[in-house]
Amino acid sequence: MRKKISSIPFSGTPEQEEKLKKVIADHLDDPGAVMPVLQLAQDIYGYLPFEVQKMVADGLNVPLEEVYGVATFYSQFALSPKGKYNISVCLGTACYVKGSGEILNALSEKLGIEAEECTPDGKFSLTACRCIGACGLAPVITVNEDVYGRLTVDDVEGIIEKYKD
Amino acid sequence: MYRSNVLVCGGTGCTSSNSLQIVEKLKEEIAAHGLDKEVNVITTGCFGLCALGPIMVVYPEGSFYSMVNIDDVPEIVEEHLLKGRIVTRLLYQETVKEDTISSLNDTAFYAKQKRVALRNCGVIDPEKIDDYIARDGYAALGKVLTEMTPEEVIQTILDSGLRGRGGAGFPTGLKWKFAAANAADQKYVCCNADEGDPGAFMDRSVLEGDPHSLIEAMAIAGYAIGASKGRVYVRAEYPIAVKRLQIAIDQAREYGLLGEDIFGTGFDFDMELRLGAGAFVCGEETALMTSIEGKRGEPRPRPPFPAVKGLYQKPTILNNVETYANIAQIILNGADWFASMGTEKSKGTKVFALGGKINHTGLVEVPMGTTLREVVFEIGGGIPNGKKFKAAQTGGPSGGCIPAEHLDIPIDYDNLLAIGSMMGSGGLIVMDETTCMVDIAKFFLEFTVDESCGKCTPCRIGTKRLLEMLDKITKGQGTLEMIDEMEELCEFIKANSLCGLGQTAPNPVLSTLRYFRDEYIAHVVDKKCPAGVCKDLLEYTIIKDSCFGCGLCAKKCPVGAISVTNYTAPGKKRPAYEIDHSKCIKCGACMDGCKFKAIIKG
Repeated sequence: MRKKISSIPFSGTPEQEEKLKKVIADHLDDPGAVMPVLQLAQDIYGYLPFEVQKMVADGLNVPLEEVYGVATFYSQFALSPKGKYNISVCLGTACYVKGSGEILNALSEKLGIEAEECTPDGKFSLTACRCIGACGLAPVITVNEDVYGRLTVDDVEGIIEKYKD
Repeated sequence: MYRSNVLVCGGTGCTSSNSLQIVEKLKEEIAAHGLDKEVNVITTGCFGLCALGPIMVVYPEGSFYSMVNIDDVPEIVEEHLLKGRIVTRLLYQETVKEDTISSLNDTAFYAKQKRVALRNCGVIDPEKIDDYIARDGYAALGKVLTEMTPEEVIQTILDSGLRGRGGAGFPTGLKWKFAAANAADQKYVCCNADEGDPGAFMDRSVLEGDPHSLIEAMAIAGYAIGASKGRVYVRAEYPIAVKRLQIAIDQAREYGLLGEDIFGTGFDFDMELRLGAGAFVCGEETALMTSIEGKRGEPRPRPPFPAVKGLYQKPTILNNVETYANIAQIILNGADWFASMGTEKSKGTKVFALGGKINHTGLVEVPMGTTLREVVFEIGGGIPNGKKFKAAQTGGPSGGCIPAEHLDIPIDYDNLLAIGSMMGSGGLIVMDETTCMVDIAKFFLEFTVDESCGKCTPCRIGTKRLLEMLDKITKGQGTLEMIDEMEELCEFIKANSLCGLGQTAPNPVLSTLRYFRDEYIAHVVDKKCPAGVCKDLLEYTIIKDSCFGCGLCAKKCPVGAISVTNYTAPGKKRPAYEIDHSKCIKCGACMDGCKFKAIIKG
């Protein structure tokens, strides 16, 4: 899958680095550590910039290309930061046949960004995701942890409005 | 002892419509009325009827409240739980018959179901091991460890006729037998809980609703093949499932049902979770194991099969969640009981996730051999808005579409293969006349192009070329030769791809070509999309005899493509309008604006 790599400069804090070092130390004896460590690193930083991948590679003593290979292979790993509110549109089959493609288009138009992008003010990012398993509510979108189901294109504006401030 | 038990669904579907807030409110209201010693509130797993969520059932009456709103809670507590008067207005109306209220199990949705893998879903609290034990939980593990040899266990599974529920349908007992035959210092039992097939959520429901059934079955498998370690590879996108499974593992350890010397028999078994990170190819067994090892989840050639060299190069078995969910029941009730359900070559039951254009979206478990018609029209309640059934899609991106002419075929592994689809993991998406089959084929190809790992050329490049051709067809740039070329390419990809993803990726194209060739031809020759989905092929037309000449459409049109004519229909006062197709950008604003439904697309 194609990944968008961010050009925004890395701004990690010493606290974040401290946390990552602890995660790495906890996984040193684990033979399959790269994936779980990257998952936890993403929890700490919100995404996986090159600097974080390098820290993971050095810490676990594996080649950077292996870490980069894993980070780019799985769709869950993000190489660019997410907005304050990440809107995720389910494009699973059940949602798709009920029109989630149109909802994605409407969101993209309203926010002025494509899927996998973030608005310039850092407020909203938009992702197209695979089935989240709430097919009974199709079509479904999530805004961070909030789930909105049984949507129509007309609902889009109201939902964005809720998160404007 | 409580006099009433209130069960609230805590599955993903219902929690997405705030069922957990309803639980909180319930507890609050119950305490406010001083009923907390009399009424027990239980958060369960999925009931299956997700379309009606959030779901609440009150026992002993068995009252089935559907689409419960948080504002309804005080009324339910006050009327039903305090005064004993069922709030009929809020019940699932199918259970209300004149003066009597029928049981949940008599509704069309549940009556034809047979729950084996889902037997505890919506019944027990998945976060309490005692609930599971009260329903004969861990009795099968006890029986296996104290009364049976590993060979007897494998023979029982073989005799039951259980086949892998992940999709391909390989006999589970045979898989175990191969792995048992290979001696090694360490073996592994793995579970595929990376339910990547879009539109399928049965594994999620078992993990969320009955996680101990998986743990028990994996321990039984460990005993059968001689493994002491288990790994569950579960999607990170299922946070509730991950949480409940971890709680279940911790509880099982605490009770001594995982760990060393289980039941004092000297048998050791323990297990860990591994979170997937979103890669469909990781449903393939060798890719999944590579991913558990922390690497890029690319498949590798077989042989050697995982039973010889699997996880960390050790003999390994990998089964799907639903397969494991059947194991304890087979051990307790016997192979003959299980083999008495289903068809000649497909035994037992199968869980389907019904979705798409169907009234009762949700989870159903039926005996193998049930017809598609029964599932869609009786259990599923048919197609909404009076639309016509067009096709059912099974097997996700690896499967195919089943047209109306095959509605009466008994569903089993072999029948579905024979009609060009496959069982798959159990996603069953219903499509009506407004679904374009070329667009659906394109949708699945976009998925496989995205998810192809890129290791082998036929899959990486073949699916991409296939998608390009489909894209051209949906844009009206296709030719008849292109359809032949697509078919040839499909056969090539099937024959030459390394793993199951590539080998089955052309199926959505092949099956739609087989049953809906006329739709492809309409796109290619007439440049029309009969379902009115493919935007580039749409044409908006004003039916002049229905047009009142109000001119609203012309005002709405952003490009000025609509103008007045000099034709006035009989009975109308003003002349009709028409659309200039060379200017039309097909935005649909005119059709949405027309109050007289005088504009059609097609």
